[in-house]
Amino acid sequence: MVKSFKVLVTASALAAVMAGCSSSKEADDAAAAAAAEAERAAAEAEAAEARARAEAEAKAAEMAKCDNADKVFYFDFDQSLLRAESRAALLVQAECLKKYGSSLRLEGHADERGSREYNMALGERRANAVRDFLVLNGVPSADIEVVSYGEERPAEVGSYEDAWSKNRRVELKK
Amino acid sequence: MTLLKKIGLIVVCVFFASAAQAQITIEITQGVDEPTPIAVVPFGGVHASDGAAIHEIMANDLRMSGFFRPIAPADMLSHPSRQEDIYYRDWRLLGATYIVIGNISRDEQGFALEYELYDVVSQQRLFRKITRGGTQAVRDIAHAASDQVYEAITNIRGIFSTKMLYVEDMGVDGPSRYRLVKADIDGARDQVLFSSSQPLLSPAWSSDMRQVAYVSFETSRPAIFRHDLVTGTREQLTNFRGLNGAPAWSPDDRKLAFVLSKDGNPELYTLDIATKKLTRVTNHFAIDTEPNWTPDGKSLIFTSNRGGSPQIYQIGLASGRVERLTFDGDYNARGRVSPDGKSIVMVHRENGVFHIAWQDIASGDMRILTETWLDESPTIAPNGAMLLYATQYNNQGVLAAVSMDAGLKFRLPSKLGDVREPAWSPFPK
Repeated sequence: MVKSFKVLVTASALAAVMAGCSSSKEADDAAAAAAAEAERAAAEAEAAEARARAEAEAKAAEMAKCDNADKVFYFDFDQSLLRAESRAALLVQAECLKKYGSSLRLEGHADERGSREYNMALGERRANAVRDFLVLNGVPSADIEVVSYGEERPAEVGSYEDAWSKNRRVELKK
Repeated sequence: MTLLKKIGLIVVCVFFASAAQAQITIEITQGVDEPTPIAVVPFGGVHASDGAAIHEIMANDLRMSGFFRPIAPADMLSHPSRQEDIYYRDWRLLGATYIVIGNISRDEQGFALEYELYDVVSQQRLFRKITRGGTQAVRDIAHAASDQVYEAITNIRGIFSTKMLYVEDMGVDGPSRYRLVKADIDGARDQVLFSSSQPLLSPAWSSDMRQVAYVSFETSRPAIFRHDLVTGTREQLTNFRGLNGAPAWSPDDRKLAFVLSKDGNPELYTLDIATKKLTRVTNHFAIDTEPNWTPDGKSLIFTSNRGGSPQIYQIGLASGRVERLTFDGDYNARGRVSPDGKSIVMVHRENGVFHIAWQDIASGDMRILTETWLDESPTIAPNGAMLLYATQYNNQGVLAAVSMDAGLKFRLPSKLGDVREPAWSPFPK
């Protein structure tokens, strides 16, 4: 008996609620829609903000990557072949240069050993190797200036292998 | 006072101090075993000096040749200036093999040195000569007399009247960090022809000694300049994209050979100075550089790595035919042809060390001349008996010299910066 009464109350209350709802159904629908819309817009704005934030972060990271990418590339004695680590760094440089395009100057250098004018030619060979790699990876050749200083501008002055290896280089300058 | 200012002050002091004294002096590192004793007796007549008296300049010239041991005037028993005053016994006691005596007179034109050379053993006069010059030409008179004495005894033309060019790096950034200097071959009368904050290299004399060509980076790129030593004017001869380097005057001074990479690879070109006509000489994807004319003006020797490593080649200007000259070792560069056209000198690597080597062109026989290391830029004396080159000593760039038979060796230390890129002048005309 108690149980059936309970069911009855519940049913009548449900009916009353339902009657109440049906009486202002349209207004209630609009309010709900507006709330949902606001909620969606807020979420969207938040998402956009997050996206922008992520983009900015990504861009900053990329810029940092561009800034931090090697700008000096080293070579073996009497060689103008790019080393593997130079290629990796130059790929990053090429992407950055394409995105944020700027003109650049490649300065080729040699160590002090051997003759000066041959070293001048060798420095140019090295700078050309860097230029060719950048051009192959989409950097406009018109943006690149190549100058060789041969052995005239050592990065480190000294007559030992450590200094020589630092002087056989190409410097990328923006 | 900051350290930099102190350094600046020291540099300035040294600079002014050096004005009175030659910046480069010559030290003999290996002479002949028994240099010939010679007495250059202080000359009679008027006194003529430029830093040193004429007889002192001559004694220094002869000592620096490596062949002679001049006797100090204080050790001489007498100072004769006429033949009748020579007592041969005295000179034999002193051990002198030759004596030079003479007189200096002065007129409105300048100084005249009348001088005589005697052989002590045979008691014979070998010659009597007169050399004249203006009042500012005391050193020219002395060097000309040294040349005559040297040639009469050795049968080799003397080089004491020749000059040299060199490049000096003061090592401190500034408007005159790099200097192109002209000096007498004994280092005296050094004169800065041009100075720049940017590198200078490859100075080259014209055959008439009136002009100098060199490479300057003053435009932030390499360019070849011509400097007229008579008028003091400068002219930029090349301004091409890429390399502009290694200028070399033709024996008739009408053309300049050099290297350009404007078409992609370093190639040799010649420029007709009068017509400005540019002619390409080589055509190869390898490095071709460092041209030097053979004495007949018909071909160039040059450095090329077309065979995989730098070697010296020769190209006929009319035929275009290329011939490889060097085969010993994996690095031979910057060749220079001897005045008789029969041999070349070059930078040669042996066991990883860079020396100057000499090679007979016909036989291909090679001889290493130097024991120093990091040797470069050989330049041959116009008499073909010696060469100057650049090397390192006490961590400083210095010039050094060696005879073509490697018997005589010299070092020319500098009081100031790093010295390099020597160019030995032709004989004065």
